[in-house]
Amino acid sequence: MPRLLAGIAGLPPGLEGHELRYGPLPVRGLARGRPGRLIDLAEASGLTGRGGAGYPTGRKMRSVAAGPGNKVVVANGAEGEPASRKDRLLLTRLPHLVLDGIALAAEAVGASEAYLCVHGTQDSLLNTLDRAVLERRAADLDPVRIEVVGLPHRYVSSEQSSIVQFLNGGPAVPTFSPPRPHERGVHGNPTLVHNVETLAHLALIARFGDRWFRRAGLPSAPGTTLVTVSGAVRNPGVYEIELGTSAGQVVMLADGPSEPLQGLLIGGYFGAWLPVSAAWPVPMTHAGLKAAGGALGAGIVIALPASCCPIAETARVVRYLAEETAGQCGPCVFGLPALADALAQLAFSGSLGRGRDRTHGLAEIGALIRLVEGRGACRHPDGATQLVRSVLSAFPADAQRHERQGPCPGVGRPPLLPLPGDEERDWDFR
Amino acid sequence: MSLTLRVNPIACVGHGMCAELLPEVIELDRWGYPILTARAVPRPLVDHARRAVRACPTLALLLEQNTGKHR
Repeated sequence: MPRLLAGIAGLPPGLEGHELRYGPLPVRGLARGRPGRLIDLAEASGLTGRGGAGYPTGRKMRSVAAGPGNKVVVANGAEGEPASRKDRLLLTRLPHLVLDGIALAAEAVGASEAYLCVHGTQDSLLNTLDRAVLERRAADLDPVRIEVVGLPHRYVSSEQSSIVQFLNGGPAVPTFSPPRPHERGVHGNPTLVHNVETLAHLALIARFGDRWFRRAGLPSAPGTTLVTVSGAVRNPGVYEIELGTSAGQVVMLADGPSEPLQGLLIGGYFGAWLPVSAAWPVPMTHAGLKAAGGALGAGIVIALPASCCPIAETARVVRYLAEETAGQCGPCVFGLPALADALAQLAFSGSLGRGRDRTHGLAEIGALIRLVEGRGACRHPDGATQLVRSVLSAFPADAQRHERQGPCPGVGRPPLLPLPGDEERDWDFR
Repeated sequence: MSLTLRVNPIACVGHGMCAELLPEVIELDRWGYPILTARAVPRPLVDHARRAVRACPTLALLLEQNTGKHR
């Protein structure tokens, strides 16, 4: 520890420094054993996807490798979550570790094409990656040509079916599934879509083995993971933790709270709020957070100070998520704006105590959640409803107070949760 | 093995024909989009379900053999 971030400082930039730190790319050594040996290693390591869903990496690779015809590898570095910085950190500071992972995964599943997808508005990042790819081409390092692709900057464009549709020449919005990308993806071929952090772990497992990987973390959730810690902590940033580290320890890694806390938002805007006392001992694993009513997601932890209003914070995010709908599915197109309105009214309007009926307040919010949930082609609407559900169950007293007495003093505080284009937003909901 | 209904929410624009033809299993939400009250189609309603599928102007209603493969 740290592992992924071991090479982040003190070495010459570029391929040379990368190889000094981590050793050469073991692609040919692995292949000499037999093709697909990395898949065995990945399965034995217990590595799971670090993009949010937590699906077993080796199993996904095996099913793509077993599919018919040409295979494609897609590295997802688009990082749609506004409060996540870990993929960007990896790509800007350790691009070769991610590119190693792409090369190794391509070799293992027998892919003839590989893409690294990031948000297309990030010019400096695209330049960094182009430079890294050219460096590797000059060294004739990779078994497959890796193409860097810029995606349109939208929340839903980082969803895996959005990326596949974009690479197929369509818009970067989610598609109706099945078929899923591992069955029929880019150019109709079985497509392995992995988050860039997952691929970076794969690059280390290929070098040091599955037993080394398992020396960190829990037997049921091995290895390390990157977390992005922000909000009311003294030293916000990206940290590498062993899976199973408690949420409280993660806050302490960021030098602890900068003011008294009331809750943690774990998993980002696809995650859930937990009251701080309940969240503190919860192990940072998919199973641990699920058992606590939360979600690990892509490892985002935001500390909510007691002086902030969780309802108002959530209302702003749900408004943003409503704006970010791909505009394809009716329940999401109509339901998310309605949910955002209802929540904003609960958060910011003082008139709810008078003339309240069932089309307002908590009853309406509950009805909208049930109308929206599970009815989109992708998980976008479900992410929003989970966030709203969690704020109501983590802070029931705040919700009640808002409904009965109007807004709390906390709504006047500047927004805590980050959103793209924050400076242009008008958060006055009247 | 049973027949189940599924809505492609991207294709669906809320014409509402399905709810008209198969009210036993499909109702409309407040915006006019179908809500399936049951996924599996009861045997006596299978012909009605097929008719609803054929009537959808955007081919958004699907009647599928449930092999248990997809969750």
